[in-house]
Amino acid sequence: MSALIGLRGVSRMLGGEIPTTLVADIDLEIESGKFTAIVGPSGSGKSSLMYLLGLLDVPTAGEVTIAGRATRNLDEDARAELRLAHLGFVFQFHFLLPEFSARDNVMLPMRALGRFSDAENRRRADALLDRLGLSPHAGKRPDQLSGGQRQRVAVARALANEPAVLLADEPTGNLDSASSGQVISLLKDVAAAEGRAVVVVTHDQGIAAGADRIVTLIDGRIAADQARAAG
Amino acid sequence: MNLVFDIALTHIRFRLRQTVVGLLGVATGVGFSVMMAALMEGSQRDFIRQLVDSLPHVSVTDERRAPPVQPAEDVYAAVTFHGLSTDQGRKGIVNPLATVAALESWVPGALAPSVQTKAVARFGGRDTTASVIGIEPRREIHVSQLARQMTHGDLDALFKAPNAVILGDTLARKIGVRTGNSIILATAEGRAFLAQVVGLFHSGVRQIDENQIYTLARTAQVLSGRTALVNEIRVRVDDAMTARDVAARIERQTGYKSVSWQEAHEDILSAFKIRNAIMFMVVGAILLVASFGTFNIISTITHEKARDIAILKSLGLKERSVRSIFVIEAAAIGLLGCLVGFLLGYGLCLGMGLIEFKTGFTDAKRLPIHYSALHYLLAGAVALASSLVAGFFPARRAARVHPVEIIRGAS
Repeated sequence: MSALIGLRGVSRMLGGEIPTTLVADIDLEIESGKFTAIVGPSGSGKSSLMYLLGLLDVPTAGEVTIAGRATRNLDEDARAELRLAHLGFVFQFHFLLPEFSARDNVMLPMRALGRFSDAENRRRADALLDRLGLSPHAGKRPDQLSGGQRQRVAVARALANEPAVLLADEPTGNLDSASSGQVISLLKDVAAAEGRAVVVVTHDQGIAAGADRIVTLIDGRIAADQARAAG
Repeated sequence: MNLVFDIALTHIRFRLRQTVVGLLGVATGVGFSVMMAALMEGSQRDFIRQLVDSLPHVSVTDERRAPPVQPAEDVYAAVTFHGLSTDQGRKGIVNPLATVAALESWVPGALAPSVQTKAVARFGGRDTTASVIGIEPRREIHVSQLARQMTHGDLDALFKAPNAVILGDTLARKIGVRTGNSIILATAEGRAFLAQVVGLFHSGVRQIDENQIYTLARTAQVLSGRTALVNEIRVRVDDAMTARDVAARIERQTGYKSVSWQEAHEDILSAFKIRNAIMFMVVGAILLVASFGTFNIISTITHEKARDIAILKSLGLKERSVRSIFVIEAAAIGLLGCLVGFLLGYGLCLGMGLIEFKTGFTDAKRLPIHYSALHYLLAGAVALASSLVAGFFPARRAARVHPVEIIRGAS
């Protein structure tokens, strides 16, 4: 398996009168086709690690590579381009644009990337929504959808540009168990069937138990990195 | 549609009340600026037009700007004369017909020699001092608006009666005279004769209408006691704005004091410059206030949309794209505000143009409005530019938002 994202000796400190360490000395490789769960107690640095993996934050030490490309010296625009082309995000809150329909929200990253025509983007967005069972709701705005439906639209949006890595931060944190199951099953399918790397930050031991790999963080450091045996 | 445009226009559409408030702010600023500029320029043009119409563009008089150099000064360097005064009586322009002919060869316009003197006009026990202007009607029609200003009779009537005169209508009312009456014109030197009123004129300028009497040049010469006297050559140039240059050239050529209408009213024209500066400051202030409204609205939108901005950036939108969204919103508010402002401004101009007013110096008339595309262009450009500036700063702040800070706070 090739490493899509690599972290070498990555630390993230917050300055101020009392410096705070969010994560320290992280060495981690994210491989394609794997469903990786990052677990740990609150404040252990799970979300901070995900932001670093997703180039949303910049390490104070160490190096983050995306598809073998070092990102330390990239400016914000270049990092944005990498995010747009290679990464997809799902957050605890759906963060859909409230004025846009589900379809339009899914089309946002496609339009930003500009790889296809509007008609093709629309066709692809409809196909994604169909796959997620949201076809009847494609024209609805987020306030007309249930919590689970919104989060599935957010997953569809994250998959819009067919990213190599899908990063999800507590994607089921605001969902009931039924919706939660749907979303996790979807993410697992993305990893297994499409060969994408899926990284999920979660508190939920049930989700973690079903992962191919569990990375446990304690006080900003990797305390355990367990791979589940294949089969 | 481009994604950035789409998001910007969606924000505007979904925040209709805010958009309308911002738009109305800009529209009010633009509308009132257009109205004010139209009113100010209208009144200025109207005033200048009246000046230009009622007075000769250039007045060549039998005076000189400086006393002529005395022969002794020419011969002896040590000799100087102080306190020289001009002759008591006006000499008149030397060889006026030749002078007029010489000027006519190049002056772009018309010339008319005239005779100016003072007299007391008396009728039925009432009298008033008046300025008597002796004219040649055939030439006069080319240098003044007198023929058009006649309310009773016409200029040719001056030829139809001995000592015929045309009076300003206010002067006629003042002494109670009508067309056909005979008045006495008397000078300070004791000359007096009976003159027949053959017409009345109304220029609209009170000072002229209550002080001036027109007669034939030869009648004025008799009244002044100087036959063949011509003490003024009045010039009307084809382009009134060239009067200053024409006057300077005439003065160089003839040596006589030549005063253009601009020089004669330098103080008023200077006052217009100050007035225009004040107008531009006021208009600028109005538009500045309107831009604060746009700034406020874009700031509010960027504040409300902080979470959307964060997610757009996390998806991979670049800072300049995020900035563009809000600059486009400001530009759209500015542009729509301009368009509504243009309509408002035009409507206000039409409305103001219906208002009638009267001063002690002029006739009752409607407010003069000057319609010019330049007013709209200027107000629109300033409003649009200030909207863009007002939108740029909150847009720049929004574009610099760190998505992690917002996402952490919202999760």
